[in-house]
Amino acid sequence: MIRELHEKLMSGEITAVKLAEQYFSNISKTDKDVFAYLTLTKNLAMEQAKKVDEKIARGEEIGILEGIPGAIKDNLCIEGVRTTAASKILDNYIAPYDATVITRLKEAGAVFLGKTNMDEFAMGSSTEKSAYGPTKNPVDLERVPGGSSGGSAAAVAAGEAVWALGTDTGGSIRQPASFCGIVGLKPTYGRVSRYGAIAMGSSLDQIGPLTKTVEDAAIVLSIISGEDKMDSTSAASPTKDYTQFLTGEVAGMKIGVVKDYMEKLSGGAKESLEKVIAKYKELGAEIREIELPNVKYSLPVYYVIMACEVSSNLARFDGVKYGMRAFDHKDTPLDFLPEDRTLIETYLDSRKFGFGTEPKRRIMLGTYALSSGYYDAYYLRAQKVRTLIKQDFEKAFGEVDLILTPTTPTPAFKFGEKTADPVQMYLEDIFTITANIVGVPALSVPAPEVEVDGKKLSIGFQLMAKWFDEENMLRAAYAYEVNRD
Amino acid sequence: MVTKEEVQHIAGLARIGMEENEVAKFATELSAVLDWIKELEEVDVEGVEPTAHITGMENHLREDNAGKFENTQAIINLFPEKKNNYGKVKSVL
Repeated sequence: MIRELHEKLMSGEITAVKLAEQYFSNISKTDKDVFAYLTLTKNLAMEQAKKVDEKIARGEEIGILEGIPGAIKDNLCIEGVRTTAASKILDNYIAPYDATVITRLKEAGAVFLGKTNMDEFAMGSSTEKSAYGPTKNPVDLERVPGGSSGGSAAAVAAGEAVWALGTDTGGSIRQPASFCGIVGLKPTYGRVSRYGAIAMGSSLDQIGPLTKTVEDAAIVLSIISGEDKMDSTSAASPTKDYTQFLTGEVAGMKIGVVKDYMEKLSGGAKESLEKVIAKYKELGAEIREIELPNVKYSLPVYYVIMACEVSSNLARFDGVKYGMRAFDHKDTPLDFLPEDRTLIETYLDSRKFGFGTEPKRRIMLGTYALSSGYYDAYYLRAQKVRTLIKQDFEKAFGEVDLILTPTTPTPAFKFGEKTADPVQMYLEDIFTITANIVGVPALSVPAPEVEVDGKKLSIGFQLMAKWFDEENMLRAAYAYEVNRD
Repeated sequence: MVTKEEVQHIAGLARIGMEENEVAKFATELSAVLDWIKELEEVDVEGVEPTAHITGMENHLREDNAGKFENTQAIINLFPEKKNNYGKVKSVL
């Protein structure tokens, strides 16, 4: 899709300004129902688009993403733009700097339409935990778009953006991509700089693209990846133009399928994944059954490590340096006089009224697990089991090039279906979180749709590759996409 | 089982103000999640090294040079309370 628009810009069939206007017009028509955006950045977009048109008018070459409008998840900082992470505690936060991914996209000439809705601080799988209200799934408005990057996924699926950025700590790019029928890619840990992303679980978080096609994901990834001196965990591994690997060929590739995962599936979701496996066989890939004996501990390992890192990362929101200070916010009941408050009461109240239930729940769990006397039993043990899970993957990748799994156990669920029981919502991540635990790249690609209550719903399948082997993952995803029935 | 007293203690450490009814709710929820996490106790981790960095990266160093951040006013503008160009906080002592 990006390449076609690029060619139209180059040939003069459309201008970048017209293209941006067209997308803002789509947003004004559709976003009343979908609510993908928290903030629109029209002035910025028009300024960016004009620059591209001037370049074209001067007869200069433009880059592949130049002038192409996209959406940015609201936990990524754009200088001068409101950045809330969908939390009341950052309701009035105007980012004073650009995230590294934003700097790179600006250098590439991309156009930013706005900031997208998400679960508060990226904690959730449905956007129902946004402090500003839920986004709806464009495939079926009665259903959730997934989360936490639900706004980004819905914007792309609804034609309100050509591409979008999300963040993924346990599946937050891939699960909404699966629910909205698009492509979502989480890169290898360290492939993309996290500087300027509002941190959730720092050893798990990665930024990645949500797009309509595999090629579009490869284009955006090529631009945002690479070492960054502002993020000491960004990797020196050389980055590439990932589109060069999209040959359409998978013959001879070895793809692993996990038996335990297949047994967890039922009904339409199972049939859908079986069709994908059959297609890969038909295309000449070799399917092998593999075992990952310790992945059954992934969810508890994830919830310990993530919660501990959350409790540490969210300590900075204290009502002192920026964000909401309890008494100056409209959501704070004014039953006390601000001048009577002590410093500690300012902390307690800012965090009480600023955070929603899910961040509080995770901060509490993490604080408990890290508190005196519990560190060895929870955090240290979880990091040891994490090593065992990593060893399972190292062994598996000695035998196969890729691992194929479902992205989600089911298609999108209805609003309210999983909000009552936090553990039910956590189980949503069962197939996606292991890639974050072990740091490998993973992406979700639309699989054959599943019929539920007489409606065809989207569902994705997931490919995981070796550390820093985004190229083989994209190659296999593209081969499926261009050969699907 | 996490007691209400423990929840109050943790909430204090986490600097989250909490109403009585929330304390009870978190006691039940934390207990449920901790029970579920107990599954990890059955894993034999004898002699297993904990993961420190998942891709094995070590000591990513750079020169210790100061850089200048130009957009200071934007940071000052974010102070919840300020006097002139100073952030205002409650007295610490």
